[in-house]
Amino acid sequence: MAVADYLPFVPRPPARFVTEKGERVHGVIARFKDPAAVYHAAEKVRDAGYKKWDVHAPFPIHGIEEAIGEKRTKLPLIVAAGGFTGAGLGYLMQYWMSAVDYELVVQGKNFGDWEPFLMVTFELGILFAAFSALFGMLALNGLPRFNHPLLKKTSFLASSDDAFFIHIEADDKKFSPEETRALLESTGGYDIELVEDA
Amino acid sequence: MTTIHPDKATAEQLAGMSKGTGRDVEGVGDGSLVEDPSRRPPLVLNNRSFGEITDIVCGYAENKPGLWFWPLLLFAASLAGLLPVMIGYLVVTGVGVWGLNNQVGWAWDITNFVFWIGIGHAGTLISAILCIFKQNWRTAVNRSAEAMTIFAVMCAGIFPGVHVGRIWFAWFLFPIPNSNAIWPNFKSPLLWDVFAVSTYATVSLLFWYMGMIPDLATLRDRADRRMRQFPDGPRLIPFLPLRVDRVRATVYGFFSLGWRFSSRHWHRYEAAYLILAGISTPLVLSVHSIVSFDFATSILPGWHTTIFPPYFVAGAIFGGFAMVLLLLIPVRELFPNFKDILTLRHLENMAKIILATGMMVGFAYAMEFFIAWYGGNEYELYAFLGNRVNPQTAPYWWAYWTMIFCNVLTPQVFWIRKVRQNPLAIWIVAAFVTVGMWFERFVIIVTSLHRAFLPGEWQMFWPTPVDILTFVGSIGFFLFMFLLFLKFLPVFAMAELKAVMPQASPHAHDDDGDHEDSHGHEIQAASQGMGYAAEGGADQDSGQDSSNTDGEAR
Repeated sequence: MAVADYLPFVPRPPARFVTEKGERVHGVIARFKDPAAVYHAAEKVRDAGYKKWDVHAPFPIHGIEEAIGEKRTKLPLIVAAGGFTGAGLGYLMQYWMSAVDYELVVQGKNFGDWEPFLMVTFELGILFAAFSALFGMLALNGLPRFNHPLLKKTSFLASSDDAFFIHIEADDKKFSPEETRALLESTGGYDIELVEDA
Repeated sequence: MTTIHPDKATAEQLAGMSKGTGRDVEGVGDGSLVEDPSRRPPLVLNNRSFGEITDIVCGYAENKPGLWFWPLLLFAASLAGLLPVMIGYLVVTGVGVWGLNNQVGWAWDITNFVFWIGIGHAGTLISAILCIFKQNWRTAVNRSAEAMTIFAVMCAGIFPGVHVGRIWFAWFLFPIPNSNAIWPNFKSPLLWDVFAVSTYATVSLLFWYMGMIPDLATLRDRADRRMRQFPDGPRLIPFLPLRVDRVRATVYGFFSLGWRFSSRHWHRYEAAYLILAGISTPLVLSVHSIVSFDFATSILPGWHTTIFPPYFVAGAIFGGFAMVLLLLIPVRELFPNFKDILTLRHLENMAKIILATGMMVGFAYAMEFFIAWYGGNEYELYAFLGNRVNPQTAPYWWAYWTMIFCNVLTPQVFWIRKVRQNPLAIWIVAAFVTVGMWFERFVIIVTSLHRAFLPGEWQMFWPTPVDILTFVGSIGFFLFMFLLFLKFLPVFAMAELKAVMPQASPHAHDDDGDHEDSHGHEIQAASQGMGYAAEGGADQDSGQDSSNTDGEAR
């Protein structure tokens, strides 16, 4: 994720590789025949030491995070923070409104009793946690992003249907046009194509 | 009997690694359950490929709907049109247009509210609780059940909103600063209800939407591909240069947020989905518990009952699943290929849930009597025996016995396997249950209210045409929204369905050593050809360039 990915007017560092037409190379994609093939190829790409690369599949392949070397996500911490914030704010709101700002007499009960506040506290905790889960997930994934170079590649769009791809970015330190292509070929990839940064 | 896990057995049979079983087994071919646990039928029938799943689900969103669609949509829309008319009449005239009186201040409005909110419980239950329990069959029903949930909660939200009388003060429900400088009463269960229902509606919507992001991206990519291949595709409106696929790619593209099926994204997406499932589970249970507090925290005989929270939750699941079946069984008939995805096994599982929750509801009905008798409170006992059961003394005895017949007796036919495997029979039972659950709420609310402590106050409630037509309008609105959902959105969770198919396992072929890479091209080419020929209208992609290799980088 870089700022320039989202703001096209931000200047980028010069391209490391360009195509014959002079377009900036974003990376290289290779197609694989099924989840097992892409899984085992991913293990080899990971072991070859690449960092900026990804597997694209129409569904989450079971256990793929291990094959792509993805660590556990921090999302649960974000959700927990959101949930406790929501619950805390919910409780404080009720206490302040019922016992501080306008002391409302209800059936002779104490203004600040905690028991009746539990339901709204719980619901607001859940509400904030749910928002943190969705927006936290999107933020960690760098979404929404509508202009990704991969989406301009017509053959790549089959990844939303039944195709499995490995994409290695040209920004990766280990990326080299010949070696990367050779690695993808040796792991069973076919239809290997360059992705232009458009 | 084998000792290996049933899913693995199915996977092996489908992969051709073990012989003699699989789809040849009696009863497995149509997806219904068999007694041998090692031969669980596959979740998707007919050995569909990933491409075929995409085509079946997207095909209906992209092609013209069947001839049945427009008359049905028009019918639903005309019923739904009653809703604004009736509410408008109510607002300009007052709640007197309903059959309410001094004694019965809550009747059809709150009955309908609890009815709809109860129906709204199945979707999130299927999404959340079945997800946590790893019930993979949920993938065929979760999307439509969640959609149904959201539409039902919309219907539910209307009734408490309009029953307050001066509807222009409905914003008093929320803690918004106002010129009177007072705040809502946070010690009231009615206010808890506001927060519970609005949280539930919001979280259900988030859950539904998040599950749909990848599938909307699939619809976007299909439209995009067609557009790139045929820039002169059909127009949205004749003579205007606006192409249908351009509109699709833009709208689906906007809502899919640029999802590009990255596994690193999938990893966090699955974590988020599991977390949402985890927090929605207590939410589902809390919402109907809090709805039941509206009644249980009062001191009215018939309402003041500690069993209400679990009883309401069980009833909500019961009624919600009945509505899911009521909608999905016709959908299954109207979209023939859907039978491969939504199999008899799914229907049978849901029939079993109906049976189980129906028994819980029946138990709760019995416990109310037991506690009324055991507690020794004569008013409470009269509220049950005198006001509900006994035709000699209870004017609403027919409502009570309709409820018992529909909710307790009819689901008992599901003990017979033949009935559980017959979609028509399931549909009929589901219809009875839906009626029964409406009557349950009517019985709880109206029969408890119409006779309180002093016989001099006793009064009957009868609905007016406005009451009835408002409810009919909400049914129309619900149907209308569901039909739009069927037309424009992915009715099945494609990504999730693909993930539970046997060929999705990355270890399916591990036993035969290295992969024969030389076969890769033929297999892929074959499945591509199959994929795009499956549905008419979606076959433009077959000429996709697979030989396109760019020049080497310098």
